[in-house]
Amino acid sequence: MEKKSNTSSTGMLGWIDERFPLSSFIKNHLTGYYAPKNFNFWYLFGALALFVFVIQILTGIFLTMHYKPSAAEAFASVEYIMRDVSFGWLIRYMHSTGSSLFFVVIYLHMFKGLMYGSYRKPRELLWLFGVFIFLLLMAEAFFGYLLPWGQMSYWGAQVIVNLFTSVPFIGPDLAEWVRGDYLVSDATLNRFFAFHVIALPLALAGLIFGHLIALHEVGSNNPDGIEIKDMKDKKTGIPLDGIPFHPYYTIKDLVGLSVFLIVFVSIIFFAPEMGGYFLEANNFVPANPLVTPDHIAPVWYFTPFYSILRAVPPLFNSQFPGVAAMGLSVLIFFFVPWLDKSKVNSIRYKGPLYKKWLSTFVISFIVLGYLGTVPSNVWGQFYIAIPIIGGSDVATIVARIFTATYFLFFILMPIYSRKDITKPVPKRVRM
Amino acid sequence: MKNIIISIAIIILSSFSFASESVKLQKAPIDLDDTISLQRGARNFVNYCLNCHSASYMRYNRLTDIGLTEELIKDNLLFTSDKVGDPMAISMKYSDAKKWFGAAPPNLSVTARSRGADWIYSYLRSFYRDPSRNMGWNNTVYKNSAMPHILWELQGEQHINHETNNFKLVIPGKLSPKEYDQFIGDITNYMVFMSEPGQQKRRQIGYYVLAFLFLLLVLTINLKKEYWKNIK
Amino acid sequence: MTDENKKIDLNRRKFLLTATSITGAIGVSAAGIPFVSSMLPSEKAKAAGAPVAVDIAGIKPGEIKTSEWRGQPVWILNRSDAMIKKLDNNKELADPDLKVVSQQPKYCQNKTRSIKSNLLVVVGICTHLGCAPSPKLLPKGDMGTEWEGGFFCPCHGSKFDLAGRVFKGSPAPTNLVVPPHKYINEQTVLIGEDPEGVA
Repeated sequence: MEKKSNTSSTGMLGWIDERFPLSSFIKNHLTGYYAPKNFNFWYLFGALALFVFVIQILTGIFLTMHYKPSAAEAFASVEYIMRDVSFGWLIRYMHSTGSSLFFVVIYLHMFKGLMYGSYRKPRELLWLFGVFIFLLLMAEAFFGYLLPWGQMSYWGAQVIVNLFTSVPFIGPDLAEWVRGDYLVSDATLNRFFAFHVIALPLALAGLIFGHLIALHEVGSNNPDGIEIKDMKDKKTGIPLDGIPFHPYYTIKDLVGLSVFLIVFVSIIFFAPEMGGYFLEANNFVPANPLVTPDHIAPVWYFTPFYSILRAVPPLFNSQFPGVAAMGLSVLIFFFVPWLDKSKVNSIRYKGPLYKKWLSTFVISFIVLGYLGTVPSNVWGQFYIAIPIIGGSDVATIVARIFTATYFLFFILMPIYSRKDITKPVPKRVRM
Repeated sequence: MKNIIISIAIIILSSFSFASESVKLQKAPIDLDDTISLQRGARNFVNYCLNCHSASYMRYNRLTDIGLTEELIKDNLLFTSDKVGDPMAISMKYSDAKKWFGAAPPNLSVTARSRGADWIYSYLRSFYRDPSRNMGWNNTVYKNSAMPHILWELQGEQHINHETNNFKLVIPGKLSPKEYDQFIGDITNYMVFMSEPGQQKRRQIGYYVLAFLFLLLVLTINLKKEYWKNIK
Repeated sequence: MTDENKKIDLNRRKFLLTATSITGAIGVSAAGIPFVSSMLPSEKAKAAGAPVAVDIAGIKPGEIKTSEWRGQPVWILNRSDAMIKKLDNNKELADPDLKVVSQQPKYCQNKTRSIKSNLLVVVGICTHLGCAPSPKLLPKGDMGTEWEGGFFCPCHGSKFDLAGRVFKGSPAPTNLVVPPHKYINEQTVLIGEDPEGVA
């Protein structure tokens, strides 16, 4: 049999192929990359995340053409973009909506991973890349939020940077180093601008690239959690349950993209503020270091973690336990591949224990998220006479309970995943 | 799992003590398609508010969006500036304003987005005589506001009953209560326009973009179905 | 398995692919418009570049006034009758017939390069490399015996006459630019706007 060559011998494509692996790239990663045929709705969000990333970069570049990163001019420059720059308002709304939708998409993408065991061997490194991307995405959003220099921008940054002061021994110096000043100021704004515009986007681009390389090295997981490479066609070597990524998933993703765009556009053109969750009302007031807003809350996508921070009481006169708990609530995701001791990958074949715990985790995340948007006294206080919790804010006690369940999902996983009764896993996928 | 939810619900429901501090606001009559109201509001705003408050993110010539010509703007509204492309700034320095009034009157360009239309409308209705305050006025929507009741000649003088929190119009103003409500309704309407002058255009464009995307969705769904017919 | 494969309708596929691709291309192009448009001069730039009204009542014959428009110096020269007569002498000019039409508006495509024969409105920037020429309005003087009056650029020696027309031998290739302008009334010229009814 003649050795099949990846290169085209004729024309422009041939010229390129002699100098650059274009045709072989297309073959290896698109037309000849076999993905499981049973991808469902949950498998859309990785591709959507990439799309939103590109949108943020594009809109970000055009915003940077007009934005002024100084404390004196930042707020006014955003209004300049909204009013004086042709279609500036549209670019601004695309960027603000995009940043919130980025987190919607990413949370759904992470949930897919948890549900189907996409972090299990041999995909542990893929998962680690992903958690690292998530961490940097949080930083990117945090730095970006200071840039409009509104009251929420300023005080949100002030509160979070002040958390660093609670780090034992080096705290106050560390916070000062981050700020470049004794309080959040012009110096802080300028460096956050540098982080937001170039440092983190570059790092994110590199990590996303790594994430995709790791994915293509081992191949995609699927809702059944079974390895499609285990059942290959004897003659061609192609997985029996695999289909070429192009054209099947490029075309299917177009449908998903169209639906996403409808959501994206509906928000941008009809409700860009999203009731104050995407663009907060208090951020239309210029930053004032002398006036603290009545109610400082982070943007909605940080609220679950903020809730955890608030729920942990100070210990030994230090706020550090709360800070540590908040940090741990994100870092713990790194350990999931080694916490899950189940015999099977996907929730489809796991038992009732895992399903209960995953549901509990999701409910915890959502409730904690809601609680993070409101002040601690939103549900009032417990009747004084109730022992232990009498007089405490109801919302704080609830947050503490759900913080516990949040962490227990991970901490107890080695135990319940091993004990769980699993169902037999099929050899071939279920559509 | 069910038990956890039930116990939490019991704990929550067992003892509630709400602390609701927010003031009740009246609904502002906002209609951004009512260009006559917006024009009246622009005039009222320039005549009464622009002396102390700036609106420096708003350019005068943007008022052509609500049906005014550059001539009309130049003849009737340009007091603090001489070019129609200039922003609605004031000549008072921020530091002077702070000295003279205690707090500098804020820039009102985006107040309709930070406070909301209902707040502005209610605020302008809720001034009452308070001899204990510097300027002689207080406001139930913004307690101890440093702003005097600039519009008192139009509304008249309200007194408050501290037990019921009700107002009583003790000295009538040049406008009847209904006329005054329209006056400040126009100002509020204008301020909503001013906070984002392009918002009506934004919504209009949105309808077209959505229509296009629905067409694209129909095409992509059919394309997908065609290619995936044989995948079982 | 093959007979389960429904016949691949190539025509339907081609139609759908084409239709979707065209729609998609239209969408992407339309989406590009706001981005490209955002780079156009903003309202702030347009306001700063707005037409400038200049009072000309005080300019006596033979006098020159300097104004500013779009960051450029604009001269308004009230030419005396003697100065206007000198404009007939066009032998030493590089472009006496104003062949380079981009240097002046249609309504100044004439011998005096102006609307009113006495008032020259011209941008005070040398068309060579952008220096500001010096007005040398009087004949002779330090410009030599042949000099009838005009402008001299000190950077590389370009010379222009009293209508801003460039002399042969100058490094500058074209006549000084006459900006769009119109007379609001006898005392005021508005620099930056064409008169009404101009094509």
